Amino acid sequence: MQYTVDDNGYYGTFGGAYIPEMLYPNVEELRQQYLAIMEESSFQKEFNMLLKDYVGRPTPLYLAQRLSEEIGCKIYLKREDLNHTGAHKINNTIGQILLAQKLGKKKIIAETGAGQHGVATATVCALKGVECVVYMGEIDIRRQKPNVERMKLLGAQVIPALSGSKTLKDATNEAMRHWINNPVDTHYIIGSVVGPHPYPDMVARFQSVISEEIRWQLQEKEGRTQPDYVVACVGGGSNAAGAYYHYMDDEQVKLVAVEAGGEGVDSGKSAATTFLGKPGILHGSKTLLMQTPDGQVVEPYSISAGLDYPGIGPLHAHLFEKKRADFIHITDEEAMKAGVGLGKLEGIIPAIESAHALAALRKMKLAADDIVVVNLSGRGDKDLETYIKWGNY
Amino acid sequence: MKTALTVNNRINRLFEQKQGDILSVYFTAGYPKVDDTRLIVETLANAGVDLIEIGIPFSDPVADGPTIQASSQVALDNGMTLEKLFTQIKNIRTSVDIPLILMGYLNPIVQYGLPAFCDEAKAVGIDGLIIPDLPMHEYMDQYKALFDQNGLHNIFLVSPQTSEERIRLIDKNTDGFIYMVSSASVTGAKSDITTAQEDYFKRVNNMGLKNPALIGFGISNKVTFQKACAYAKGAIIGSAFIKQLSAEQDLQTSITGFIKTIKD
Repeated sequence: MQYTVDDNGYYGTFGGAYIPEMLYPNVEELRQQYLAIMEESSFQKEFNMLLKDYVGRPTPLYLAQRLSEEIGCKIYLKREDLNHTGAHKINNTIGQILLAQKLGKKKIIAETGAGQHGVATATVCALKGVECVVYMGEIDIRRQKPNVERMKLLGAQVIPALSGSKTLKDATNEAMRHWINNPVDTHYIIGSVVGPHPYPDMVARFQSVISEEIRWQLQEKEGRTQPDYVVACVGGGSNAAGAYYHYMDDEQVKLVAVEAGGEGVDSGKSAATTFLGKPGILHGSKTLLMQTPDGQVVEPYSISAGLDYPGIGPLHAHLFEKKRADFIHITDEEAMKAGVGLGKLEGIIPAIESAHALAALRKMKLAADDIVVVNLSGRGDKDLETYIKWGNY
Repeated sequence: MKTALTVNNRINRLFEQKQGDILSVYFTAGYPKVDDTRLIVETLANAGVDLIEIGIPFSDPVADGPTIQASSQVALDNGMTLEKLFTQIKNIRTSVDIPLILMGYLNPIVQYGLPAFCDEAKAVGIDGLIIPDLPMHEYMDQYKALFDQNGLHNIFLVSPQTSEERIRLIDKNTDGFIYMVSSASVTGAKSDITTAQEDYFKRVNNMGLKNPALIGFGISNKVTFQKACAYAKGAIIGSAFIKQLSAEQDLQTSITGFIKTIKD
């Protein structure tokens, strides 16, 4: 079974590049060049240097003793929260800014939901002295004020997306429209494993450093490269794609994908795409999509803005369809409890996105000798207000 | 070679009968009110429009600017669906004989079911489709045969960035006309035509394509319409037309009045 993208840009029946002709030259240029650029030694040299010296990689693989005792098996946390800017998102933005420069692009655009990808994009643009425009839903701008200010501090221009539901999906629409209007000198840094081919594959490759490190780190600690489980939250799915990447073809390693159940999958306020969605086309790819019977995209809900997306990356839709990954949904409440719990048990306050992955541990049937790696994709600083509002700590 | 399909299609007939100044108008079905579709189509036809593009509203129209986005949102809020659209224009061919095109994004069509969509489109008397996010190779592999069987021409867009090689590929694989997007932009974004755009129109014009071209995006009034018509068989007005429509005003008066400003 092949889980990586095929020559036509598909993961099984999902993926592709469903884009208006106005975007074709840009996306085609990227498709023709991304692999060659990524393989260039000068690219790899700078990418690896920046990941090490600027981002702070490798991130630790930490054996969480007290959490392990409580769950009843061996749990490692992959500490993506310790990256510069506080999440895994920067692995991808470092890669794409270098790629954009190789393509001769002078300006960068990005979309952001919670603001983490926007901050990671603004950061690398500052690093490289490149003009940066970030689209963010008007509602998200109000919900994530500190990240908006962080982007501005870093010199980026934040433009509110005023169309549609005024959240992540509309910010993505606006970024695509900006790219249509500015096709020559601009590169669009998509923040997740979504969008037209080659974006899902390109972003997964940039994030694959996560599982690359897990393999050798686990070898050092356990004398084996394979855990029994890799657990990660999935909104669009970039941190999960990175954590799974080098294990996808290794069926002994069970992959667990955790979606945001919101207030419950039957509540009408949820973002659990694999449970509520069906195949559809949005933002340039065919994937599982939350939609009305008439094919209109439904606005999702989650307490975590980073999981608040009506689709998932086509890779994950494929892993779901082929039953290669187990998909679990976690409610707001379960996630908040798990987030607070990690603070008390391990002294680590996770991002609420990552707290979904932690909460899944309590839903899995684990044996005492199981080794589980949870991808702790981000830190909880940005979510302090939500934690405070929730209150039960 | 002229196949039976080509001869019977109203789009081909139009371009055979009329050599220039072809006026095509786009509107979003379900806007300003859900049941206005039929009245708008009939009024446009009576006002002397040559071709009509009926827009299927979608929640996430990435190639469209604010005007068409807003009209789509109103249409959806009004409860517009593809199913309703087919009901509204069911017997449209008893009153309207000009070519009709359905224009919409792929997802609502896929969810309706492609064979059912084609059946209904044929039954209603639709002549062509414009689906901006349907990629050409996908169209060739999975859609073309079904569209052809049902007499539906799939119209492709080209933009100033489209390579000559790709324009030729599109020309080869399409029938009806080529939709020349006037500039690098979403719909309704620009209000004038620059010399750079004119150079692009000339470039495509000089390629000797088998299909005629219509120019769209940024065509908003008589001046831009006539400029576009100097380089193509005609032009398409969308956003500027939609701005004329409102739930408060008499549609027939505003439509007839606007079309008069373009044609006279």
